Amino acid sequence: MIPRVLILAALVAAPSLAQEKPIAFTGARILPIVGEEIPDGVLVVHRGKITAIGPADRVAIPAEAERRAVKGLLMPGLVDTHSHVGGGSGADGSAPIQPDCRIWETINARDPGFQKAQAGGLTTVNVMPGSGHLLSGQTVYLKIRDAATVEGMVMRAEDGWVLGGMKMANGTNSLRGAPFPGTRGKSAALVRQEYVKAQEYREKIRAAGDDESKRPDRDLRLEALVEVLEGRRIVHHHTHRADDVLTVLRLAKEFGFRVVLHHVSEGGMVAEEIAAAGAPCSIIVIDSPGGKLEAAELSFETGGILERAGVATAFHTDDGITDSRLFFRSAALAVRAGMSRRAALEGLTITAARMLDLGDRVGSLEVGKDADFILLDGDPLSVYTRVRETWVEGRRVFDLADERDRLYAEGGYGASDGQVMHVLCGWGGDDHDHPRHEEGR
Amino acid sequence: MMRLLVSPRLLAIALLLSLTPVLPAQLAIRGGVVHPVSGPPIEDAVILVRDGKIAAIGPAASVEIPAGFRVLRAAVVTPGLVDAHSVVGLAGILNRNQDQEQLDRSAPVQPELRALDAYNPRERLVRWLLEHGVTTVHTGNAPGALVSGQSMVAKTRAEAVDVVALRPSAMVLATLGDGAREGGGKSPGTRAKMAALLRTELLRAKDYAAKRAAEDESKRPARDLKMEALAEVVTRKRRLLVTAHRDRDILTALRIAKEFGLDIVLDGASEIGLVLEEVKAAGIPVILHPPMARTSGEAENASFGTAAALAKAGVRFSFQSGYESYVPKTRVVLFEAAIAAAHGLDRGAALRAITLDAARICGVDDRVGSLEVGKDADLVLFDGDPFEYLSHVVGVVVDGRVESEVRR
Repeated sequence: MIPRVLILAALVAAPSLAQEKPIAFTGARILPIVGEEIPDGVLVVHRGKITAIGPADRVAIPAEAERRAVKGLLMPGLVDTHSHVGGGSGADGSAPIQPDCRIWETINARDPGFQKAQAGGLTTVNVMPGSGHLLSGQTVYLKIRDAATVEGMVMRAEDGWVLGGMKMANGTNSLRGAPFPGTRGKSAALVRQEYVKAQEYREKIRAAGDDESKRPDRDLRLEALVEVLEGRRIVHHHTHRADDVLTVLRLAKEFGFRVVLHHVSEGGMVAEEIAAAGAPCSIIVIDSPGGKLEAAELSFETGGILERAGVATAFHTDDGITDSRLFFRSAALAVRAGMSRRAALEGLTITAARMLDLGDRVGSLEVGKDADFILLDGDPLSVYTRVRETWVEGRRVFDLADERDRLYAEGGYGASDGQVMHVLCGWGGDDHDHPRHEEGR
Repeated sequence: MMRLLVSPRLLAIALLLSLTPVLPAQLAIRGGVVHPVSGPPIEDAVILVRDGKIAAIGPAASVEIPAGFRVLRAAVVTPGLVDAHSVVGLAGILNRNQDQEQLDRSAPVQPELRALDAYNPRERLVRWLLEHGVTTVHTGNAPGALVSGQSMVAKTRAEAVDVVALRPSAMVLATLGDGAREGGGKSPGTRAKMAALLRTELLRAKDYAAKRAAEDESKRPARDLKMEALAEVVTRKRRLLVTAHRDRDILTALRIAKEFGLDIVLDGASEIGLVLEEVKAAGIPVILHPPMARTSGEAENASFGTAAALAKAGVRFSFQSGYESYVPKTRVVLFEAAIAAAHGLDRGAALRAITLDAARICGVDDRVGSLEVGKDADLVLFDGDPFEYLSHVVGVVVDGRVESEVRR
């Protein structure tokens, strides 16, 4: 197995290796996110990594480097902590807890949603299965490279392990007829039972030690949950109502799993509790509250309230709930309602990267990190600002001046050809009979 | 009413006692930039409001503020915004059966269903729109049936529907395309059947209108609410709003309008760019889809740039909050126009689209849509460029009442 994984990893890394010649970007204002803004900066990238960054008068540009004079603002590529781009799927309708389902194999790399995400400045994205289950499967962290297959997009650990988390949900979305839970109490009980099983499974493996004959039979479901218990796989937990948030924190403490709270419509009501638990929050910004019972108290102010309480706060598109091309808008509306500019921009980049355990690879412009960055023509929090270029690992994947790229950026005939927009989050759940999104209008 | 009965002193006490809704006060609004929309922006301007109407507007130097007027100040002042097509007040915030009044699907053609009978002026989403500067909404049933009902135009104040309605019955609402498709062998199941059914009903309505006009009362047919509503459409007394996204559905709408001599407005129209010349030649106004509408289904080819293209072609248009089956349960036309303004639409044209042009399309421009003497005192106060993400609505005045001072 291992040699094959290594070969795959080598294939995946191939595009970056192709950037043999260093490129030096000059003339831009650089917002590295970690570190202070550089009014006249230079960024040098080589073999997909950042090799130098700093003020123009302090960075030595290698003689062989290709120089690119650019205008505007250069900042890290955006990190989306929660998206459904690419038409993937996770668990099916047979059971409420399905940790063995992994989304990455089901993603269509040719989905135009990825081109649109690039147009919005996104370079890293956590693609998740839906929230109609207590546990709907393994999520995947993708680099939005121009790749022909999903193999070319998945991010891997050094040992070849596909990076991703585990999607969980509570509240009304997962309440249905048996075998799904009918109440919140049952929801928590089912989750608790499953994690107890995983703990026992892990104990058996530990007890067996090197004695293979004593190891329990392989169980794909429990193996994935053990990865959660071990902290390798972070739980990305859909949750809206304040009491549901507290239930998540309780379960996380009980079983010792790492969790990022997603959506958290009522997070502002329990900000102190979230801060005390040290749980980061990935929030969504929706143009009006409601649309479902649990989101009736959703507020633009949540970001600022969480920030002031000391909670690490990032954003997500929940694409197609909000449009990846307008990801900056989510942060801007949070700033409009009281979040600090710095925390909001970090929430699109480094804070988000840390929530995916990717803080050492992406989310800021620092030497040694992946050369993922974007070029803007103005203030990132202005409606009039456009993403001009998006670069992933030293390669330009989006250029607004290019006709085809512009079509994806603005829309128009052909911009969505072949796109299957999945709204997996079950936002319309509850007891109302909603048309599916595809036929929503 | 009350102001006729009470003395100024009592009025002052009443004002202190009742926080909301505030009675119509005598107001002066001083703005760093005031956009009348009917004319060029005025710097450092004053608007006087008397008894709910605009009494004066002009440069601060030329408008004296009478003693006793409450003075509000803001960086930017615009007319109250007009949402040209919404379902707000019918489709509620909770999205549960008990607050979803936007569509009855028991029959494909039901023009007799009136928004007036279903609108909830105290719905939280109506208040949400008001706090974001929307003072007038054209609202009604959602697209989703061939003919779904009659819309209304109302102010967004939380008072009885009969009080806030500007036009209790505004347009008859129709849909062509997937939204009108019935399942399970019911008609209309195809686009051709939709057109055939609509034509059949319009023919019946023409016949009904003619017979109802008979001199001899005994020869007139019995009243039929459905036919009455459609008769108003075929006699051009009422506008037909046709929601159509695909280019072919837009052309079908134009064709039927021509055949029957209808006064129509196109709604949604995400593929209008493909048939812009035809729409322009027909002289039909457009209530464009929200620029941030999801690009899926029939709206897959929607573009942020369509509004700019319409402006360039000289087609009158406005924006809508539209219908959403889940989140956001309502969109906000201020936000939608902003996205168009960021994608090639002149900012002045973007503002006109959500004020005066929306009022014209909805037939209420005699009352709202611009800041002119004699019009309703509906105003929005901003602390900066209305379209900027980081600006706020800081005050909303409807019919001369300060309805909101929440910073949004």
